[in-house]
Amino acid sequence: MAQVHLRKVVKEYEGGVQAVKGIDLDIADHEFVVLVGPSGCGKSTTLRMIAGLEEISGGEIDIGGTVVNDVPPRDRDIAMVFQNYALYPHMTVYDNMAFGLTLRKFDKGEIKRRVENAARILDIGMLLDRKPKALSGGQRQRVAMGRAIVRDPKVFLFDEPLSNLDAKLRVQMRTEIKKVHQTVRTTTVYVTHDQVEAMTLADRVVVMNHGKIEQVGPPQELYHHPKTRFVAGFIGSPSMNFIPARLEETSGGLVVRMTDRAVLPVPASRTARYAPHVGRDLLFGIRPEHLTEPHPNEHRPNIAHFEAAPEVVEPMGMETLLHFWVEGHEICARFDPAVEVAPGKPAAMAVDMDQMHMIDPKTDLVL
Amino acid sequence: MAADGTLVAGAPAAAGSGRANTMQRFARRRSTIAFLMALPLIALIGGLVVYPAGYAMWLSTLNRRMTANIGLGNFEILLESDTFWMVIMQSCIFAVGAVIAKALIGFWLAHMLHHIPAKGQRKWRGMLLIPWVIPPALSTLGWWWMFDPSYSSINWLLNIFAVPAVPWLGEPWWARFSVILVNVWYGSPFFMIMYLAALKSVPDQLYEAAAIDGATGWQGLRYVTLPMMQNIISITVLFSLIVTFANYDIVRVLTNGGPRDLTQVFASYAFQVGILSGNLPRGAAVSLFMFPVLAVFAYFILRGINRRNKEQM
Amino acid sequence: MSASTANTIASYTGKKLGSLRSERRWALWTAYASLIVATIIFLAPPFYMLVTSLKSSSEISNLSGNPWLVRAPTLENYKELIANPLFRGFFVNSVIITLCVVAISMVISVLAAFSLARMKFWGSQALATGVFLTYLVPDTLLFIPLYQIVGSLGLLNSIWGLILIYPTLTVPFCTWIMIGYFASIPKELDEAALIDGAGWMQMLTKIFIPVALPGIIAATIFAFTVSWAAFVYPTAFVTTPEHMPLTIGVVSQLIRGDTFAWGQIMAGALMAALPPVVVYAFLMDYYIAGLTAGATKG
Repeated sequence: MAQVHLRKVVKEYEGGVQAVKGIDLDIADHEFVVLVGPSGCGKSTTLRMIAGLEEISGGEIDIGGTVVNDVPPRDRDIAMVFQNYALYPHMTVYDNMAFGLTLRKFDKGEIKRRVENAARILDIGMLLDRKPKALSGGQRQRVAMGRAIVRDPKVFLFDEPLSNLDAKLRVQMRTEIKKVHQTVRTTTVYVTHDQVEAMTLADRVVVMNHGKIEQVGPPQELYHHPKTRFVAGFIGSPSMNFIPARLEETSGGLVVRMTDRAVLPVPASRTARYAPHVGRDLLFGIRPEHLTEPHPNEHRPNIAHFEAAPEVVEPMGMETLLHFWVEGHEICARFDPAVEVAPGKPAAMAVDMDQMHMIDPKTDLVL
Repeated sequence: MAADGTLVAGAPAAAGSGRANTMQRFARRRSTIAFLMALPLIALIGGLVVYPAGYAMWLSTLNRRMTANIGLGNFEILLESDTFWMVIMQSCIFAVGAVIAKALIGFWLAHMLHHIPAKGQRKWRGMLLIPWVIPPALSTLGWWWMFDPSYSSINWLLNIFAVPAVPWLGEPWWARFSVILVNVWYGSPFFMIMYLAALKSVPDQLYEAAAIDGATGWQGLRYVTLPMMQNIISITVLFSLIVTFANYDIVRVLTNGGPRDLTQVFASYAFQVGILSGNLPRGAAVSLFMFPVLAVFAYFILRGINRRNKEQM
Repeated sequence: MSASTANTIASYTGKKLGSLRSERRWALWTAYASLIVATIIFLAPPFYMLVTSLKSSSEISNLSGNPWLVRAPTLENYKELIANPLFRGFFVNSVIITLCVVAISMVISVLAAFSLARMKFWGSQALATGVFLTYLVPDTLLFIPLYQIVGSLGLLNSIWGLILIYPTLTVPFCTWIMIGYFASIPKELDEAALIDGAGWMQMLTKIFIPVALPGIIAATIFAFTVSWAAFVYPTAFVTTPEHMPLTIGVVSQLIRGDTFAWGQIMAGALMAALPPVVVYAFLMDYYIAGLTAGATKG
């Protein structure tokens, strides 16, 4: 078990392209950290640098108190689960799991004990004699995890391990991974492009974009208090609506003005925070789940009301998504399916202004 | 933020320059191992291909006893001799004729094989590839016997259809034809197997789409099969041109260059001049005449393969 | 493509409507007819060799009957050959040469292919191209300088000279197809092995060779058939019968004077051709994979 520290880590490819632009990250012992971001954001490169599969162009990586920049992968005491599982096709499941231990000259009995223990945790005891070809996607995934578990390494590294599975299996394996982590408690770095995976699995989520860390924090914090426009848009599905707006001061306090008709009052609690930005062109951000049908009996403060005609209505079963346009910007609202809505027919909407965000379009920071 | 930030002691503040060196050392070590692994290959190519090629060029400028350098004398003598011009002509007739025939027959058979039900294909393919499997020097012996002037079993068959006996190896044009015939017999299966592999790589949906677009079978071939196979066809043809152009076995066993050196190709003539008559420099010169032709073919093959790789990426 | 053919659809379907089944049947008959004719022609020479090898000299010289049939089959030709120490010598020579060449070729080409496909070093790209070009160099281009080189090493009329030179025929292609097979192994597999603690050599022996086993078999078969069938080099380098391998031995030594012992020549040729044919019969799929690998892989 170990901490992992990244200090000013840079990856530069020939020709000067920087895939990772100097990131700092501290991962605590036993922690499950998920690196998430769009493809090309540098998350996989970061993971591969931790694994030792990519050379580090600058900065330092420290695993369990040792700087490992120059340590080859086999001596870093890490285990990795690959996207395509990378199971050795010519070996049985048992041999796949035992391979790393055999190379490290563990004795036969110890190998057997560890493999059987991992097989029990993962419930693959009956597959040990099979070859990877004879396994389903989910079973291969388990074996790949088993290969990591038997090694009892300092750190587990997962590189998009679920993206080759179908949607249903992915949900199931997600739970499985979380369960395994709760059992073995090994420090884990997990890379994915799927923010749902990130939110559900992580103790802390690291959102990356363009080779930089946008924000690090527990899932709830990222959801409620995104620091940048990118994080605000990336976390949550469907993603947050952004509408150009202006903050104005009125006798009743601050308001957000989008158009002449759409003016929403800012909660009093935020007045101090937004006061310096009055009069500026900003972006108003609100998640679809905070843009709903009005609840007549509700008397929470800070609920603003307006009316809009949806152009597209998507019934999802547990909810209904409404899409409408304001000033050329598509906006998505999330309604209770019991509410009757029809395209083109104006519907009353309620905005939970306590959940609003204001973003500076120049710096892309959330104010 | 969650509990982190626990400081870890003992992280050595390694100097940037020092680390760069270790990293370089790793990279260098890896390429050293790689180089060592490839070393036997490099030695083989260098010592037994590149060096002999250079040596051949030097050799070809010597006189018969290898005592004096006569520059391009050997090439001049060759170009002035009628026999050599005959060799050039025969090599071209042989290579071009045989390759065209092999390509057509191979394509036809591959197509026919592709059309029969899949479970029978293996069996037919297995039988049709046999000519390619037998060492050509040995199977040519069988042909030689079938062409025998007095005992020819082919002539016996022709006789049944009242066709007069053919002097297979006695008359120049018949001898040329026979040499090509044997080469076609030996080489067609190779073309067949290459084309079959290529045919199988054309997705069925393309034919289905073409059929729905209204393509006849012939149009399917013209607009789907041939374009998709173009690259492999040209690679196979060029490759076969090289091998056929430089062929030795069949001529050596079947005619030994006769009658009157009329079926002599570059390889057999080089052998005759260089080894049998003991004029090594001139024999080397004969071989070297093949070089420019082969180089051109090789260039186009390489281009074809590169293009193919790019398509697949 | 579709644009130009679309115009013809109306006229075409109008004419042939309903004839789809008979059209298919016709195509199938044409296919079978072509295949039968081709098979007869392709198999006639080996068949005739077999027929001849089973005949006595007197039956061969008898011009009265159908030469394609054998009236009094005899194994006399085979017996005589097997009893002939010279012929047995050819066989032994061929076996020794082929075994050595296959072993040398596979070691050189697997090591080189692994290095070229995975490890890369300065100039490795050029070397890979060079390997392919070497494969395109026919044996008849360089046999004269090689004759001199082998001669200067004192290896003329020796099977060791052939063992030295044959790898030039086998190694380039074996390396080339092994590069193709190795390159098709997913990169994650070596990364997993690297993390599992394998060194380069372990990665090669424990992962690459087992995973690319079909390629190894195909390359081995190729090396085997090429060195068994090689003809130019032994013809040029070996003139003493006791050092000849089978190919040149059968062609040059069984033919004596004017009274050709056709039965024996054919029996010898067939026996000499047997090993590659047997390998082919049992490992056809690998054989064909190796054959087509040159153009489809790499």
